[in-house]
Amino acid sequence: MPIDQQSIQFFVGILLKIVILFVIGLLSPVGMNWVERRALAFMQMRLGPNRTGPFGLLQSLADGIKFAFKEDVVPLAANKWLYIFAPVVAVVPAFMATIVYPLGPKGVDIPFAASINSFVYSLTGIQLNLSTMDLHVTSFNVGLLYVLAVTSMGVYAIVMAGWASNSKFSLLGGLRSSAQMVSYELSLSLALVGVLIQAGTVDLVKIVEMQQGTYFGFIPKWYVFVFQPLGFFIYLISAIAETNRTPFDLPEAETELVGGFHTEYSSSLKFAMLFMAEYVNMLTVSVLATALFLGGWSGPFVSQFPLLAPVYFLLKVTLFMFLYIWLRGTLPRLRYDQLMNFGWKFLLPVALLNIFISATIALFAY
Amino acid sequence: MKEYLPILVVFLFVLGFAVTNLVLAHLLGRHRNTRAKLMPYECGIDPVGSAHQRFSVRFYLVAMMFILFDIEAVFLLPWAVIFRSLSEKLSRPFVYAEMMVFLIVLLVGYIYVWKKGVFEWNRG
Repeated sequence: MPIDQQSIQFFVGILLKIVILFVIGLLSPVGMNWVERRALAFMQMRLGPNRTGPFGLLQSLADGIKFAFKEDVVPLAANKWLYIFAPVVAVVPAFMATIVYPLGPKGVDIPFAASINSFVYSLTGIQLNLSTMDLHVTSFNVGLLYVLAVTSMGVYAIVMAGWASNSKFSLLGGLRSSAQMVSYELSLSLALVGVLIQAGTVDLVKIVEMQQGTYFGFIPKWYVFVFQPLGFFIYLISAIAETNRTPFDLPEAETELVGGFHTEYSSSLKFAMLFMAEYVNMLTVSVLATALFLGGWSGPFVSQFPLLAPVYFLLKVTLFMFLYIWLRGTLPRLRYDQLMNFGWKFLLPVALLNIFISATIALFAY
Repeated sequence: MKEYLPILVVFLFVLGFAVTNLVLAHLLGRHRNTRAKLMPYECGIDPVGSAHQRFSVRFYLVAMMFILFDIEAVFLLPWAVIFRSLSEKLSRPFVYAEMMVFLIVLLVGYIYVWKKGVFEWNRG
């Protein structure tokens, strides 16, 4: 490939968008953690952290800085290299999934494109020809499969961390976690089959495009409403189990397993990475729910003002993330046998039933 | 191929970030190790034996079941993607029937596994 100005501009564009998504990914644990602690506190009639900065807003930042300066302990009994690299294996796939977030449509006009072009030209002498941009890093025709493939790598990190720590709590947490994630990943991927029948594509951007418009002028063509409500609830439940959150947070059930697979990761940056990976995975799961079932970036006036698209998208994702906190404040934890029974004996057959219903509708309705 | 380039870029970018974090964690924190600090945590008492012991065979069963059913999901996904683009009159009912046969075969296997007690987490 010859290096011309076109490809440089393309490459810089990709890099810029990846950095923006990376920052979103970095900020989401910080913000989510603050909201979680405050909202959960209010649900339990407490105040939560409110001393660091206004309303305790800087609390998560302070925690982050504290992580960096904590003593970095590698337990003697641990398998050193596996122990050290488990957080890397957790955080890399988590962030790799961010590039297919369909934040908005293709070919949106960049505001003030002409003035940016002339500004850059006057500064550096390079003639840019910016006019439109895609509000997503990339859109390839295996988008959804890519997300599934990349996020399921997270199980390896948990098994590695749990086993390499050589602590009984870690091992139990890691085992439980892997069995749970593996079990619920089944119903998760089967719940997606219904959506794929409807959409006829695996490209996330195209799936969102299929959901634009309304029926009778007021019911949006989102897949929650169009034949996939059952699929949405299966997805919702398995997604929460997949990210190890309440009521499925057995892998780190603090009353019985201390911290689960990350018990031995004291509180250094290694723990911070595991923590970050968990929250970015939650973000990815919420993004998928939004893109597949809640119509992605669609909303009022998006066709006139395409720059509203990411706003709607992030708003829906935020609502979904808040649901996580709400559930945590509401539901008690399941017992492990209940968890496995629920996944294998209830969710899996219901997911198969959903496929059957979706296929039958698709056979007759179109 | 152009649309797949970001995968490589983001991989290198995040890998760099993660390794930087590891190095920072090593450099910034102090290192004052004691014997008790380097022990695996076991509620404050000295750990009893190694943690690498035998664990329940149920976990293996779950992993085996996962592989079986996940491959079935792999079969279902391509079918689901092309299903609506098939022609209405001829191939769609045929493909539908084919897939239903597949699902029924799967269901029989599922019921067999259930009756054999693979999903009974409590049975010894």
